[in-house]
Amino acid sequence: MAWLLVGTAAAAPPQRIVSLVPGLTESLCVLAACARLVGTDRYSNWPPEVQALPKLGGLDDAQVERIAALKPDLVLAAPSARAVERLQALGLTVIVLHTRSHEDVQHNLRRLGDLLGDAGRAQAAWAAIERQMAEAAARVPPAQRGRSVYFEVESTPYAAGPQSFIGQTLQRLSLHNIVPAVLGPFPKLSPEFVVRAQPQIVIAEDRNLRDMARRPGWAALPALQSQQVCAFPSASYEVLVRPGPRMGEAALQLADCLAGLGKEPR
Amino acid sequence: MTPPRRGRLLWALLALSALLLLAGLAAGGDGWSPAGLWQLLQGPDAALIVGQIRAPRTLGAWLAGGLLGLAGALAQGLFRNPLADPFLLGSASGASAAVVAVLAAGALGAQGVMPVAGWLSRIGLVAAAFGGALGGVLLTLLLARGAQHTLRLLLAGVVVGVVLSAFSDLITMLVPEALRGRQVFMLGSTGYLGWDSCALLALGLALTLPLAQRLSRVLDALVLGEDSARSLGLALPQLRLLLVCLLAAATGLAVSQAGLVAFVGLAAPHLVRRIAPGAHGYTLLASTGAGAVLLLAADVVARSLIAPQELPVGVLTALFGGIYLLWLLSRQREA
Repeated sequence: MAWLLVGTAAAAPPQRIVSLVPGLTESLCVLAACARLVGTDRYSNWPPEVQALPKLGGLDDAQVERIAALKPDLVLAAPSARAVERLQALGLTVIVLHTRSHEDVQHNLRRLGDLLGDAGRAQAAWAAIERQMAEAAARVPPAQRGRSVYFEVESTPYAAGPQSFIGQTLQRLSLHNIVPAVLGPFPKLSPEFVVRAQPQIVIAEDRNLRDMARRPGWAALPALQSQQVCAFPSASYEVLVRPGPRMGEAALQLADCLAGLGKEPR
Repeated sequence: MTPPRRGRLLWALLALSALLLLAGLAAGGDGWSPAGLWQLLQGPDAALIVGQIRAPRTLGAWLAGGLLGLAGALAQGLFRNPLADPFLLGSASGASAAVVAVLAAGALGAQGVMPVAGWLSRIGLVAAAFGGALGGVLLTLLLARGAQHTLRLLLAGVVVGVVLSAFSDLITMLVPEALRGRQVFMLGSTGYLGWDSCALLALGLALTLPLAQRLSRVLDALVLGEDSARSLGLALPQLRLLLVCLLAAATGLAVSQAGLVAFVGLAAPHLVRRIAPGAHGYTLLASTGAGAVLLLAADVVARSLIAPQELPVGVLTALFGGIYLLWLLSRQREA
């Protein structure tokens, strides 16, 4: 039981970490602590080396016994999971972090950097994201700036609102979100709302975009008619919807698509 | 059926319980492996893995199953309906509505959107589920204006169930982050049961089972019809209200700790009546044992079947329970 005491003292940097949130897994690896990960949730898949680690369920159905058996000295989780209470009751150190906005990601990097005793690397990691964001913003052709955009998260349809980390990125790229901020980070929209908002650009996963024009009334969307769409295959789409250190990469992906749109006739 | 048969069933349930409680200690992250348990007990992790995780989880599943079995027998006796189950009076929908509200509040968190959200997210899922289950039943009782009329009570329960489920749907639609947590709760799980959960469940069972048995006379009288029961001099309105409260407490406690485990409460009393029918004093006790054995057996299988991953125990209980009830129906038709 001695390791329990060491775990709760938490003075030394953690050496055996379990992450139950994909974005936090990525943050750890960017901070060069990938080797300290001993297990992740089933959704963590980047960088590739974490795929070989034990998969310990999801945040809501985390496998307590397997996590405890790995003897982590730090478990990273998101709020409102019952697993958090149980793991803490077993004497494990659990840190609960939000991953909703750019500020959250920055805060998480700083927090993890402090824990790992490497604040400098955390600063550099955030600076790299900032640099990529700025580069992405510069890559957006002037003709595309200020155009209205609809970012589809789910085909039901759920959109990314301005408060979400995706919305924040779109704003950095000088795009105008058709969703007003009052609707919250990921609002479920009425299909009619999108048709009436007449977005000039549509961004979605390619499998959702394929059938989009077949939705009643959607064929009239100017973005679909003139092919002003960014369709991402699931692998690169995943980068877009993951709040973590690859947000800069996501911004670049979006900017490259926008630059490509400029070449086509409007 | 002769009394010895009833005694034999109780002994069999006791023996099965002992066997399964031992088996539960050997079912974990590496699947079902007695050899693995032996190795574990020799090693330094025994106190943590077996003592702090597997043992309370196993005992907790047994206790939660017992509460569900008891609640099922109470519900079927109270409503004189073999299809009644513990979730009938709005406890299931109440519990999941509260759980979804807390999950959503946690996802919204300190966004400052709603001051209520921060407060709600601190309640914790267990307390929310328990409060929600009791709240659902209370709402049903209010709508039915007490527990005097069976039909009104049942209808109110259905209405509360539908309305509260719609409420959960609405919240999950607005805050999709709550979806996964809700699903896990609806499927049931014993994975988070610790000794504190066991203490609560045991206390609940120790309070509800003797009380229910003292009231079994009322259930026996109800079999003859409400008029006959009244003619026996029973204060039916008050007694029925007490029974509903017992049902709600037992269900709420089990649900708050283990989620909405399906079919255990429905199948356990059926099983008992089929093997050894008797008066309610006996049925309540034996259903408690049968529920405990059913849930624990399903849990041991759920832990072992696809190890190192785990199946949600509710999926297995629904599958086994459904197949068993179908088999029962087909047998009855032949007879």
